[in-house]
Amino acid sequence: MDNQVLEPSLYVIKGIAILDNDGKRILAKYYDPNTLSTAKEQKVFEKNLFNKTHRANTEIIMLENMTCVYKSNVDLYFYVMGSNHENELILVSVLNCLYDSISQILRKNVEKRSLMENLDVVMLALDEICDSGIILESDPTAISYRVALRNDDIPIGEQTVAQVLQSAKEQLKWSLLK
Amino acid sequence: MMGMKRDKKDEEDASGGNPFHNVEKTAVLQEARIFNETPVKARRCTHVLTKILYLINQGEVLGTTEATEAFFAMTKLFQSKDVVLRRMVYLGIKELATIAEDVIIVTSSLTKDMTGKEDTYRAPAIRALTAITDNTMLQAIERYMKQAIVDKSPAVSSAALVSSLHLFKTAPEVIKRWVNEAQEALNSDNVMVQYHGLGLLYQIRKTDRLGVTKLVAKLTKMPLKSPYAACHLIRMVCKLIEEEESAGGEVTALMDYLESCLRHKSEMVIYEAAHAIVNLRRTGPRELAPAISVLQLFCSSPKPALRFAAVRTLSNVAMTHPAAVTACNLDLENLITDSNRSIATLAITTLLKTGGEASVDRLMKQIASFVSEISDEFKVVVVEAIRSLGLKYPRKHSTLMSFLSGMLRDEGGLEYKASIADTIIAIVEDNPDAKEAGLTHLCEFIEDCEHTSLAVRILHLLGREGPRTKQPSKYIRFIYNRVILENAAVRAAAVSALSHFGATCEDLLPNILVLLQRSQMDTDDEVRDRATYFYSVLSRKQAALNSQYILEGLQASLVTLEKALLNYVQHPSEAPFDLKSVPLAPVIEERHVAPTGQLDGGGSRATPASVAAPTATRLPATATRQDVYIEKLSAIPQFDSFGPLFKSSAPAELTESETEYVVRCVKHTYAQHMVLQFDCTNTLSDQLLENVNVAVEAPEGFDILVSIPCEKLEYSVLGTCYVALSLPESVLSSTGTCSATLKFTVKDCDPTTGQPDSDDGYEDDYVLEDVEIGVSDHIQRAAKASFGTAWEEMGSTNELQETFSLPAIRTLDEAVRNIISFLGLQPCEWTDKVPEGKSAHTLLLSGVFRGGYEVLVRSKLALSPEGGVTMQLSVRSGDAEVSELVASAVG
Repeated sequence: MDNQVLEPSLYVIKGIAILDNDGKRILAKYYDPNTLSTAKEQKVFEKNLFNKTHRANTEIIMLENMTCVYKSNVDLYFYVMGSNHENELILVSVLNCLYDSISQILRKNVEKRSLMENLDVVMLALDEICDSGIILESDPTAISYRVALRNDDIPIGEQTVAQVLQSAKEQLKWSLLK
Repeated sequence: MMGMKRDKKDEEDASGGNPFHNVEKTAVLQEARIFNETPVKARRCTHVLTKILYLINQGEVLGTTEATEAFFAMTKLFQSKDVVLRRMVYLGIKELATIAEDVIIVTSSLTKDMTGKEDTYRAPAIRALTAITDNTMLQAIERYMKQAIVDKSPAVSSAALVSSLHLFKTAPEVIKRWVNEAQEALNSDNVMVQYHGLGLLYQIRKTDRLGVTKLVAKLTKMPLKSPYAACHLIRMVCKLIEEEESAGGEVTALMDYLESCLRHKSEMVIYEAAHAIVNLRRTGPRELAPAISVLQLFCSSPKPALRFAAVRTLSNVAMTHPAAVTACNLDLENLITDSNRSIATLAITTLLKTGGEASVDRLMKQIASFVSEISDEFKVVVVEAIRSLGLKYPRKHSTLMSFLSGMLRDEGGLEYKASIADTIIAIVEDNPDAKEAGLTHLCEFIEDCEHTSLAVRILHLLGREGPRTKQPSKYIRFIYNRVILENAAVRAAAVSALSHFGATCEDLLPNILVLLQRSQMDTDDEVRDRATYFYSVLSRKQAALNSQYILEGLQASLVTLEKALLNYVQHPSEAPFDLKSVPLAPVIEERHVAPTGQLDGGGSRATPASVAAPTATRLPATATRQDVYIEKLSAIPQFDSFGPLFKSSAPAELTESETEYVVRCVKHTYAQHMVLQFDCTNTLSDQLLENVNVAVEAPEGFDILVSIPCEKLEYSVLGTCYVALSLPESVLSSTGTCSATLKFTVKDCDPTTGQPDSDDGYEDDYVLEDVEIGVSDHIQRAAKASFGTAWEEMGSTNELQETFSLPAIRTLDEAVRNIISFLGLQPCEWTDKVPEGKSAHTLLLSGVFRGGYEVLVRSKLALSPEGGVTMQLSVRSGDAEVSELVASAVG
């Protein structure tokens, strides 16, 4: 039965996952030691989750006694999981925060390639959003401020050719879009 | 180095933009050597570190040595000033903290960062430090943590609060000292700090109800800025309401607060409050109304999650208060076509619960259009709804049945299929009109069923129900097909089912015998054994044998049977083993379903599983309470001559629980004797009791045979004394009341050592409450699979009928419970569940009276118009006096 009073606790997030358009994991974190604690279970769950969600973009689904909210863009799928008794809107707020922070970090260029290139900062952002299941911060601006401190003045010797080209491309694109 | 880069670039192109496509563990760990180079190449190191973290995240497992090496290499990176690199190091520390050894080596570096000037380092450093801290180190950083909690930077403060919450699990005592800091954080301007502060404060005060009450009282007056904190507060309020309720406290103010939250500006908080109100146990229609109207509004929100949340909560309310949800029917109708299938499904199932009979057909058609698109979890929800619908509108069974059989044919997991089968079984049980159709659907299902356990259950059901249908022969084909085509477990079940047909339907017997004969050639031992056994029983063509050895299963408790057999084998005797000497297994009472569940017929949810597999409801083969008693009693030589133990009652308290001496009584019934077992506890630490016995004044006809005292009763050590009674010749006088007094010699003693001060004691006694010997003490519960057959078989020789009026009992449910507890009989065919809204009910009970007389009781109950319940009780048993005694027990 569902008729139970929720135990007041800050541990509300059971997991956060970012998958690509083949359903493969890019990043995933599971915070509850009692659910999906082994890598194998997690992979099975993600496969199942992806199969159920990649066709219809309808934001919310219940799966394996968890409420999962999700969002997708181009070739990326973002998921936030919580207990099936959890307030769905709290989960959605975390999902929105995740998506918006990443969007800010990637300068609105939310797609796999750009995410992979900035994987380090994305990892940091994930860490700033949720700490072992507790929502740490829900404001995307605060998150991107805390993590996206990448200086653009990298010593040229350490930049790879690809990076130089990429940043040139970026600048060109933005100047055209404006 | 250039070459490597080019290689990497090629890979990048090949893998569609994933620079980490071909990362390999050993290679990456090799690369990690770069960490040791000075000066630190921040970019390269960041990249390698990212790779390591990526690998771990992908599920790659690092060994302890590998992790430790990587960890120590990583510590070198503290030299770099690069911000991103430093923060990746923190992440790395957290990831490796559980695998690598000697991680505390970085404590000082982290402490330096956490107290340093650089704000961007401080917060994550605190969190990384938490990951490597153990209790002993916590003392050392306590001062810094307390400072950090009240730091003016919100990030630092939040990090410290959240870390405190994590540490609370291992070191609650230390964290509890930080209560003042947490209190200060609660007043912070930053929403997240406020939220985390509240979380920590609650965690600290959780066990202290007064503290929580004060905290809640304060917070409900000041509006919380953070919606998260408001949600958390609502949950605290709910918990408090539940606790206060059970303690009989006053909760109106708290309820008012919840209602006021329905007008909060954040949707999250409004929903949390509505959800809380509908889930509270005390909520009635008046409190429900505002919550429902909020949820109704949410139903037309453009946000799918909000619609989902609203309809899911409404669907829960529909279980308990269907009337309250009817107001939302129109909104729910609109959601049936929602693009999110989960929302549509929930809307439909809610409508099925609240809607009228007329809308059933239409709704079912709509579900059928998309049932294949939803997840198994939701299909189960749909099936549950259909089940309660089937119980509510029996006339709709054909629509529902054909829908369910369609679902059975679709793809689906075991849980889903089992829930459908359960539902069909429940409908079949409940509604005789649906039986034939239901069984036919199940027959078709097992033709192509990949789940052995399910097939076995259905075969069992077919064996039980099939023979009683109009045309039993048509099921034989389906069952025998199983014998030919399936695995051993299913074949064995099919053979058993066939034998049931043979035992019940005489005209089919010759055919069944042929089929059983064929099964005797089976390759599997179990199948062959069963076939041979049933063949030989059936071929004797004796109804009594059939009913005893085929239709009724084994009723003896398995553990005791095992012991008895072992004993028999160890002490061989000429006489054959007598199964009757093994006591019957007490039938395990089903747990009471929560009262809320019963309202919509959901109360039947506990039964279907047991319908199909009655054996499954028996306890697993562990020693039961009765087995423990048997062991204890058989150790006392005086009781040897009484024969096997027939029944032990539940312990009854003969004293208040807080008195000087606590005594509990268990009544053990034998064929002609009764043993009263008194479990005594001495709760006075300065007394030693000796020669403790219970003086019993037996009622008329009972004789006290022997009283076994307890020699010594030390402080808080359980002692037992016994009184054995012989039961009266006449069964009719088997009930009565014994007054009991505890008698003993008191010696004062030293409370610490328990040694008596002197050898002199004085006699004393202590009056106990009376021991009641009722009819139920003489009756053992025993289930009958088919009450009707047993009733007919028993015949009306010793039948007794009486009519009672029970003015004090107001509902049929209450009457049923009282009768069962008075008589101590087992309800049969699930007649102990009274369907909602009926004014008459028939309760069927069965059991065995001591001495082995079967007792069957049929009790017709009706609500009388002037209040109270009228009951007509018919008793049949193997003995006229037993019938009379049972009939006289109620009243």
